[in-house]
Amino acid sequence: MSTARSERGTPDTAGGAAGRKGRTGKNGAVRLNWRVRLRRDRTLLLMTVPAVVLLLIFNYAPLFGLVTAFQYYDPLVGVRDSEWAGLAQFQQLFHDPLFWGALKNTLWLSLVQLVLFFPVPIALALLLNTVLSERLRNFIQSVVYLPHFFSWVLAITIFQQMLGGAGILNHFLRQNDIAPWDITTNPHTFALLVTSQAIWKEAGWGIIVFLAALAAINTDLYEAAAVDGAGRWRRMWHITLPGLRGVIVLMLVLRLGNALTVGFEQFLIQREAVGHESADVLDTFSFYYGIATGNYSFGAAAGLFKSVISLLLIWGANKLAHAFGEDGLYRK
Amino acid sequence: MSQTPTTVRADAPTAAPTAAEPRPARTGRPRARAGRAPWEEPPTLIGQGAKGVTLAGVIAAVAVPLWIIALTSISTPGAVNRAGGLVIWPDGITFDAYRQMLGDGTVRTALMVSFAITVVGTLVSMIVSVMAAYGLSRSESFAHRPILTLLIVTMFVSGGLIPTFLVVTGLGGYDQWWSLILPSAVSVFNILVLRSFYSTTSADLIDAARLDGAGDWRILWSVVLPTSRAVTAVIALFYAVGYWNSFFNVMLYMPTSAEKWPLQYVLLTYVNRGNGLPGSVNSGFGAANAQTAPLTLQMAVVVLTLVPLLMVYPFMQKHFRTGVLTGAIKG
Repeated sequence: MSTARSERGTPDTAGGAAGRKGRTGKNGAVRLNWRVRLRRDRTLLLMTVPAVVLLLIFNYAPLFGLVTAFQYYDPLVGVRDSEWAGLAQFQQLFHDPLFWGALKNTLWLSLVQLVLFFPVPIALALLLNTVLSERLRNFIQSVVYLPHFFSWVLAITIFQQMLGGAGILNHFLRQNDIAPWDITTNPHTFALLVTSQAIWKEAGWGIIVFLAALAAINTDLYEAAAVDGAGRWRRMWHITLPGLRGVIVLMLVLRLGNALTVGFEQFLIQREAVGHESADVLDTFSFYYGIATGNYSFGAAAGLFKSVISLLLIWGANKLAHAFGEDGLYRK
Repeated sequence: MSQTPTTVRADAPTAAPTAAEPRPARTGRPRARAGRAPWEEPPTLIGQGAKGVTLAGVIAAVAVPLWIIALTSISTPGAVNRAGGLVIWPDGITFDAYRQMLGDGTVRTALMVSFAITVVGTLVSMIVSVMAAYGLSRSESFAHRPILTLLIVTMFVSGGLIPTFLVVTGLGGYDQWWSLILPSAVSVFNILVLRSFYSTTSADLIDAARLDGAGDWRILWSVVLPTSRAVTAVIALFYAVGYWNSFFNVMLYMPTSAEKWPLQYVLLTYVNRGNGLPGSVNSGFGAANAQTAPLTLQMAVVVLTLVPLLMVYPFMQKHFRTGVLTGAIKG
């Protein structure tokens, strides 16, 4: 309650003070005095209070908690009385080979996923778009959306049961006297394993956006191109793909901005089986060397490093989108 | 959340016009194509075949593992032995694994914990989100811009894992039920989706209600919610799935209280890692305590995590697009 009150429109206050009786708004309509509007909209403000309070506690308070990254945080004395460390935690971080290993893994996994995962939903959407029967298309869609709603625990369990040492695949191999091939614990092919898991779980869901973009393409263009003698593939190249361009760039921006977040739960669950050398990413690093060992400040420093680089990535990716003449995440 | 098919279908026509905004991509379902256009060349046999094989492969990738798991969970020990593990073809059916698990023990408790967290969590999330979305949806209302900014900022910057952990435990959240719900109760993304739907509710309708003496609570309940029932249901499903699937909060805040673990965490420790559950002497897994549980029991746990989802899924599936697109494009 008190929070919403304190939030009450700093920009509007200035306007209200300038013209007590009300002033002319953007579109020529007379805007009411801010006191009147506050009174009129008090119920609406009241409704936003729970959400604002929860976000202040669980999203904004941790932002201030980031100071622990510059401390030798001791849970017994709390944030306020912990000893200041300056940049010592970061120095330790940058001298830690495990941290560099995690960073390298993160970037490598991100790259593999970008190259192998990103085109799959687009291809699948193009393929599905050519299915004429609406009933068949709806059926396929409901099947491929489904794994998105599975938890990572479930998805990985399924992979284990199918491809793991005791799984269906190896059972079949053994029966036919072929050497078993344990995919789920092999550190060398881990990048491929997690990418195929991601494809299995999320590629189907990813097609929604592309299908919508496909549906928005004007069919007259296809007809005109066909009349001009363009075949199926030429129409795809000159009409369909340009029609998808905006969405593809947007998705690419989102992906690049999240390059340092490759899938925390997915790695956390499989870390034991594969070994931390190849399964540790920045998020799991922050978790294991922060919370599990009780070295909170160290983990917070790793998390802060990741957040800052991520923000820079989002900003940079957006610049790139604007350079392509697309909107990206935000306009300007 | 558990909508009957008729109510959901009845919404579809009302939801479509509300979504009619300048962006055409947003309206409803993919355009129905009645057959091939006259200028379109018929597909070659090879092309047709390749397409069929690819799509069949895609479907099989999802369906086959589920089939094998479901079948193994209802197989007799004999059938499992003959198959040497997972069962691919039915051969001796029994529901013993389920009977044993639901009879008593850790899995039954976990199932109830999961249901409780999902129901309470979804309720909390929906009440908070619907109120916030409506509160921010009227375009001229006081201070809605700064509040909206306050919300959106959290989508881009976050304190990260450790500061959040410290705040929750600092508030006494360790080993408390609320720590599994409240820290993740608000999804700004979902609020934005709801808000963009609520703000397209016809202003005339709202003015009419106001003239009839309805306040904002009344308008939300009797005008805005009924006209956007489909999207509200989809968002509720998103929240519910989130709570049903969550295990990381348990790992953070409740790692030692096995009797409070939800199903996903049991799945992780029991099936994925093959550990015995602590304190499960009386449980369905009691006989094989501290060893890997029999395969049928493990697969039955997998199926149990799936069933509630599969029960709601068919009713919601056709509405996903609206929810996803509204949010995805706004970003």
